[in-house]
Amino acid sequence: MIVNKSAMEMSQLLNNGEISSVDLTRAHLDRISEVDGQVKAFLFVDHDGALAQAELVDAKRRSGENLSPLAGVPLALKDVMTQRGIPTTCGSKMLEGWRPPYDSTVVTKLRSADVVILGKTNCDEFAMGSSTENSAYFPTRNPWDLTRIPGGSGGGSSASLASYEAPLAIGTDTGGSIRQPAAVTGTVGVKPTYGGVSRYGLVAFSSSLDQAGPCARTVLDVAYLHEAIAGHDPLDSTSINAPVPPIVAAAKDGNVKGMKIGVIKELQGDGYQPGVLKLFNQSLEELAKLGAEIVEVSCKYFDYALAAYYLIAPSECSSNLARFDAMRYGLRIGEGSAEEVMNSTRSAGFGKEVKRRIILGTYALSSGYYDAYYGSAQKVRTLISQDFKDAFEKVDVLVSPTAPTTAFKIGEKSNDPIAMYLNDIATIPTNLAGVCGMSLPSGLAEEDGLPAGFQIMAGAMKDDRLYKVGAALESALTKKWGGGILGKAPKLVAK
Amino acid sequence: MALTYEDLLTKYEPVLGLEVHVELGTKSKMFCGCSTNFGAEPNTQTCPVCLGLPGSLPVVNEKAIEYTIAIGLALNCSIAPYSRFARKNYFYPDMPKNFQTSQYDEPICSNGFLDISVETEDGMQDFRIEIERVHMEEDTGKSLHMGGAKGRIHGADYSLLDYNRAGIPLVEIVTKPVEGTGKLVPEVARACVAELRDILRALGVSDVKMEQGSLRCDANVSLRPIGESKFGTRSETKNVNSLRSVERAVRSELLRHGSLLIDGKRVIQETRHFHENTGETTSGRSKEQAEDYRYFPEPDLAPITPSKEFIEKIRSSLPEKPSIRRKRLQENWRVPDKEMAAMINADVLDLVAATVELGADPTRSRGWWLGEIARLANEREVSAGELPITPRDVFEIVSLIEAGELTDKLARQVVEGVINGEGRPKDIIESRGIKVVSDDSALSAAIEKAIAAQPEVAEKVRGGHIPAAGALIGTVMKETRGQADAAKVRELLLRHLGQG
Repeated sequence: MIVNKSAMEMSQLLNNGEISSVDLTRAHLDRISEVDGQVKAFLFVDHDGALAQAELVDAKRRSGENLSPLAGVPLALKDVMTQRGIPTTCGSKMLEGWRPPYDSTVVTKLRSADVVILGKTNCDEFAMGSSTENSAYFPTRNPWDLTRIPGGSGGGSSASLASYEAPLAIGTDTGGSIRQPAAVTGTVGVKPTYGGVSRYGLVAFSSSLDQAGPCARTVLDVAYLHEAIAGHDPLDSTSINAPVPPIVAAAKDGNVKGMKIGVIKELQGDGYQPGVLKLFNQSLEELAKLGAEIVEVSCKYFDYALAAYYLIAPSECSSNLARFDAMRYGLRIGEGSAEEVMNSTRSAGFGKEVKRRIILGTYALSSGYYDAYYGSAQKVRTLISQDFKDAFEKVDVLVSPTAPTTAFKIGEKSNDPIAMYLNDIATIPTNLAGVCGMSLPSGLAEEDGLPAGFQIMAGAMKDDRLYKVGAALESALTKKWGGGILGKAPKLVAK
Repeated sequence: MALTYEDLLTKYEPVLGLEVHVELGTKSKMFCGCSTNFGAEPNTQTCPVCLGLPGSLPVVNEKAIEYTIAIGLALNCSIAPYSRFARKNYFYPDMPKNFQTSQYDEPICSNGFLDISVETEDGMQDFRIEIERVHMEEDTGKSLHMGGAKGRIHGADYSLLDYNRAGIPLVEIVTKPVEGTGKLVPEVARACVAELRDILRALGVSDVKMEQGSLRCDANVSLRPIGESKFGTRSETKNVNSLRSVERAVRSELLRHGSLLIDGKRVIQETRHFHENTGETTSGRSKEQAEDYRYFPEPDLAPITPSKEFIEKIRSSLPEKPSIRRKRLQENWRVPDKEMAAMINADVLDLVAATVELGADPTRSRGWWLGEIARLANEREVSAGELPITPRDVFEIVSLIEAGELTDKLARQVVEGVINGEGRPKDIIESRGIKVVSDDSALSAAIEKAIAAQPEVAEKVRGGHIPAAGALIGTVMKETRGQADAAKVRELLLRHLGQG
């Protein structure tokens, strides 16, 4: 089946004229209509728009235009990124029916690379969650086991990849929302260096932590997508004005000989599923076999990362989400004064988790509490950055399991926010420090036969190192497994 | 009996504080490329950024930072090598993001001063007003409350929102508490705002039009018993839209505070609105429970880190300080304090200076701007600067007078013509057929005719009763339709009658 191929294989077929982008796009749209009733990865499928775009790319190719490597390949876009004229809900009732009048910079870049956008994928409301159960519309299901979560917040993007509805996807990662879904669905995702990919048009959850990034089924596919969306953007003041690291070249190189890999002492042990840890250690052995030097590194402030994160992210979100007030766009509930309408709209429009974080953040920023909460959290953040800096003086990359467990059952942790938050314990430090991270499959855990993730972290603007190590490990493991891990997933068929 | 201002000063000492908001005259807004032009159709100067649409991000206008540093330097402030924007969080429909991007504990300029002069019975008195801070922020949109109670949110049927103003760069200038100016507080307040306005205008960073809201003043006042060091409860008066209103609002608030305190009541900490028509203030929002704005550093913007070279470059291009310039002009023109104050109060100093710069005599230039032109401006209820007469026009008129081609009386007709929009002085002289009759033979004929018509008056003059000549001069002026130079007529007439 064409949809089972990697994006780069599809690209090859397009380039050789063996398939048209229209046919490729239609194959994915057909796959979506076959299986998305079960997976529920998409909030909106832009059937006509995608085909029209594919047609344009085919015409360009026929006219002999020089096209980007991803031209004509379909992609799924997380619903927190704006796309002109296409519904953008952020998984919230608050934005139901809103069609943004402008493209996010990521979409602008995808357009100029002639990538075909299939539609918008489901996520936890305003990207707050680790299971996609907080979507105001419906939960997305894990293609490995439809009774389990696909991770979050970008569960729609990861599930669309794992169910072959799309070969490429865009996610956003504030505390792990690209990497943890990749881990639990057996796919690959990268949170780029903060400022490496523009945030313009990414509906903000926590401005200082949010980062858009690439997702796919192979390290090389992710690398191509990463290069397509990266680079300085004058519309984003926090975007880094420096050349994009040689990501694709690093992914093609995949040589770890002589590299120093640091295992973070604090990100293993208690709370980690034994099968997940076992896969992590086996991956380390593979890397050692390839000539990397494995050392243990301590990042002692990582223990405070989760607490700091749950003060900073809610604080920023309480301010970022203030604009949803029924005055200009989106939901409007009730009548009366502006204050009454704002109040009833915000009460009705936001879900429980969003309200929890707005209240938490409002409290953390209020006068008299600011120093104790927000102020202390910022200090911890500085210490965590220092931990990373010290560690990267000793090693080239740091590694850990991406998430402590494999995918849990839908509903299992819905009533226990702390248990839910612990899913991101290994991914959050990266966001706090603004460095980059990748998750790729490490295998299937022996307890449940579900995929686990291996996380690689590198310093700011050293994203190419993720790809070097990721490509090496991926190559070793797929050799061992006799193919990609998704080949072991149960077949989803139309019902 | 109503409390007089003098009464309250026997018991209380007034303390003043000013917060002045200035709309910067940048072409584009603070964080996006939208135009800042005043008066466009509602919501036509907006984009995803200034509308605060989900996903949009701000980018700082470099020009606004340069202007703010220039203001800080002109106010003798220190410029922070590192400062940050902060979010001020509160809900209001005309604020698109429901937070205002402002500065909080890290303003770009701080600790400066402003020198002002106030006119008193004993001449000009100088004061140094300390500046607490100068910081940048973005303006909000505008709400128009329709139907119901006119223009007020309470009782309105509905409200309309115009976001053209949202995101226009604002600079807030905050003074430290001004103590020890005693009864001159209202005049000091006015002089502060006037001086700030002149400085900002000289810098070219704003059009500083109070009536259009590009310069807005909030006046904080409080009273404390004489001898007390602790400040009394203050009120913050908004909607003060002219220099005159600043003075009136401060005086009215001080009287209101005084009346309350003398009656043993307390002053409530609140926002007051000033009303031009009554000259009084009414209660606005209570600030008894301090609003919690939950300030925190704006994560979407990088810190502002101006280099030393950048700051010094701005410093070296600062224009002369208005206070220094005034002293220089006063000396050059040899003008007494009173006249100087009159020019400042009538807001014609720049116009006189520009006229003199073209080569006109300072005394004559001042005379025209402070006299006829100010009178016509008054009649039309505008300031002299808003009339269609320019320093060049006045220079030309003064030159024509000095060349004897216009008399003062004829010149007044020319000034009126220019102000009526009939054209430049030359056009009016031509179209109205204005010319000085200076031809001696034509004048002599008119004089002989007048003497013949009033022989008895002529006789009196011949007899040495010079004041009687007035009647004859009047007749000659009438005969020449006012185009003769009265002084010349007088000279010729007296010579004719043997008195020259």
